[in-house]
Amino acid sequence: MSGESLSTDLRRLEEIVRMLESDDTDLDQALLLFEEGVAKLRAARERLSEAELRIQKVLEDAAGQLRVEDLRE
Amino acid sequence: MPKDPSLFPDSTSLPRPSDRPSDRPTALSVSELVGVLRGSVESALRQVWVKGEVSSLKSFGKGDWYFTLRDAESCIRCVMWKTYTTRVGEPPSEGTEVYALGNPTVWEKKGELRMAVVVMLPTAGIGLQQLGKEKVRAALEKDGLLAPERKRALPEFPALLAVVTSEDGAALHDIIIVARRRWPRVRLLIVPAQVQGDGAPAALVRAIGRVNRLQGVDLCVVGRGGGSREDLLAFDDERVCRAIAALRMPSISAVGHETDISLADLVADVRAATPSAAMELALPDRVHYLRHAESLGSRFAHALRRRTEVVAERLARGGDRIQVAMTRRISDPRTRLERMAGQLEALSPLKVLGRGYSVARLADGRVVRRRAELPSGTEFTLRVSDGEVPSRAS
Repeated sequence: MSGESLSTDLRRLEEIVRMLESDDTDLDQALLLFEEGVAKLRAARERLSEAELRIQKVLEDAAGQLRVEDLRE
Repeated sequence: MPKDPSLFPDSTSLPRPSDRPSDRPTALSVSELVGVLRGSVESALRQVWVKGEVSSLKSFGKGDWYFTLRDAESCIRCVMWKTYTTRVGEPPSEGTEVYALGNPTVWEKKGELRMAVVVMLPTAGIGLQQLGKEKVRAALEKDGLLAPERKRALPEFPALLAVVTSEDGAALHDIIIVARRRWPRVRLLIVPAQVQGDGAPAALVRAIGRVNRLQGVDLCVVGRGGGSREDLLAFDDERVCRAIAALRMPSISAVGHETDISLADLVADVRAATPSAAMELALPDRVHYLRHAESLGSRFAHALRRRTEVVAERLARGGDRIQVAMTRRISDPRTRLERMAGQLEALSPLKVLGRGYSVARLADGRVVRRRAELPSGTEFTLRVSDGEVPSRAS
């Protein structure tokens, strides 16, 4: 999951809402914006939903190789 | 006895009384001389620690100090600007022995030696530790590692966050709690390191080096929970500070201390007072963004509703029963946001009406769909938004 895309989605959503709130957008365009807005909103909600925190530990073996293992609290 | 001609230059090259000194190209002006001296003093000793007694200290303006540093044999005039004196606090009393860090220079206006002091520590009462810390600070400063323009901005949504800290300390527990609350979608990579004791600096340097070898780390937090001054020494270590400065990604220092600032704090891009505070700075707040998304969602729904009402009104004016039925469905206040968008999409043929197209009907009311339905001479009615136009195919 990339946070950058959340940021981009929210910015785009804001733009869409602004365009819909203004009367300049023609109906044709508005329909496309609705569709896009619904998808963005759904994606943003998904990204902001609860999630399990993933915690890992970085270790270095004798050969100097890094490895990652899950950390138990 | 004839004079040895080599000892006496040819009389023609001797200055004649008419030659004024200013005509001689080899003479320096006073300011040139002082300028040259200043240059050579400044390049001979850039920044240096001096031990001496403070005397004749006078404070001017809002805290610029002018004083003399002296020992048994010699003395030098010093100046310490307000920016630096505020770190010292009260001016030292006459005769106080201090360590002063400064740059020797020449004050050109008076042609006098000066030392521009930036750090002053009384020799009594300060341990070697603090002196050592000041030395490290000066070394880091000299290499530009404390420069404000070096500070990098933190990423807004870090996906991979490395944390260099002790595996057993309370700090790790706090870090996990904050991460879980604020942004549980982050992946935490704990890079364990000893954070106090003799081995701590080397362990921290190794751990920080590991972070640099990991791919895709967005942000690194380096720190530990609170402790005594002794416990926090590793975070004043020059090697540790340089390792932090060499991190490829932005860094936050999180050394739990009450008053003192560690050198690691000065090198990191952002300083936090505790590990929990570091995590607050590191991670976005899920709830905040959720609220933002919800508010955009309701504005969106509102705009959607308003739009559909405009369309509905237009359709109602058309008087078509099917369209009216659709209008009712669209403007149903209980219709959920997503469904509304879907319905609007279903309405897409009507988009055409909105743009001012017209509908052609035959005498029996059928809508004309194909060219074949309109052979030449056929009469039909053209329905436009404000009425009907009797027409004939040519």
